[in-house]
Amino acid sequence: MQAAHRLDTTFAALAHPARRAILARLASGEASVTELAEPFAMSQPAISKHLKVLERAGLVSRGRDAQRRPRRLEVQPLADATEWLERYRRFWERRFRRLDALLDELKSSTKKPGGRR
Amino acid sequence: MKSAAPLQLTAPGEREIVMTRVLDAPRQLVFDALTKPELVRRWLLGPPGWSMPVCEIDLRVGGKYRYVWRQDSDGTEMGMGGVYREIVVPERLVTTERFDEAWYPGEAVGTLVLVEQRGRTTVTQTMRYESREARDAVLKSGMEKGVAASYDRLADLLAATRRGSTQS
Repeated sequence: MQAAHRLDTTFAALAHPARRAILARLASGEASVTELAEPFAMSQPAISKHLKVLERAGLVSRGRDAQRRPRRLEVQPLADATEWLERYRRFWERRFRRLDALLDELKSSTKKPGGRR
Repeated sequence: MKSAAPLQLTAPGEREIVMTRVLDAPRQLVFDALTKPELVRRWLLGPPGWSMPVCEIDLRVGGKYRYVWRQDSDGTEMGMGGVYREIVVPERLVTTERFDEAWYPGEAVGTLVLVEQRGRTTVTQTMRYESREARDAVLKSGMEKGVAASYDRLADLLAATRRGSTQS
């Protein structure tokens, strides 16, 4: 239940393009709020609001430098979310692989008049 | 070399989940594989260890379909079914969907579109739920939760992150 709740928080935090862009930026290194606001057409308060959501979800933390207060990416929640997604995707991908095999079989039996079925 | 395009999952809008996959076969064959019970039960299986003892399809508008999967080790069953609302052979199917043990509120409507190009078929399955709450319940419960963000983007981001974190 707790793990599920954590995932909810992660996905809710990811469900906004600006927040995904912030995470993508932080993936290349930590950055202050000012630095984060630069490439986006967003005010610092708007960025701060998104950062708060990301921090609550544990996706972003604050660095030691007291003046810049750089934000940095936390990997674990993303890793959990991706693992979860991958499980689901694999489930459907397995079904589609079986469908691939079935279709190959059907194709070869329709091509060859003497084939099975 | 023909590479299998990966399965794509997205959640556009408030109530939908969309799945897209390319199959290396003409769409009439794909349509058959999706609508003939003896073919459906060969691929629409559950996780390993589950069988599909019931697969009934009455392929006409207003006709019903019913699927039941069973975990062979302990006999746990999961059933679902619905009604065919639209049938355009071999390009479009609209069906309703409801699970026996409702794990999302209401009924979902699935629209399946098959597009053939140079002998290959792109399957697009759109599930539309009754409400955002229902869609999100599906997302939360082990179905396609991660669709909130594009899966590929997330994977790329994670890969970049892994590279970054090995330096510190």
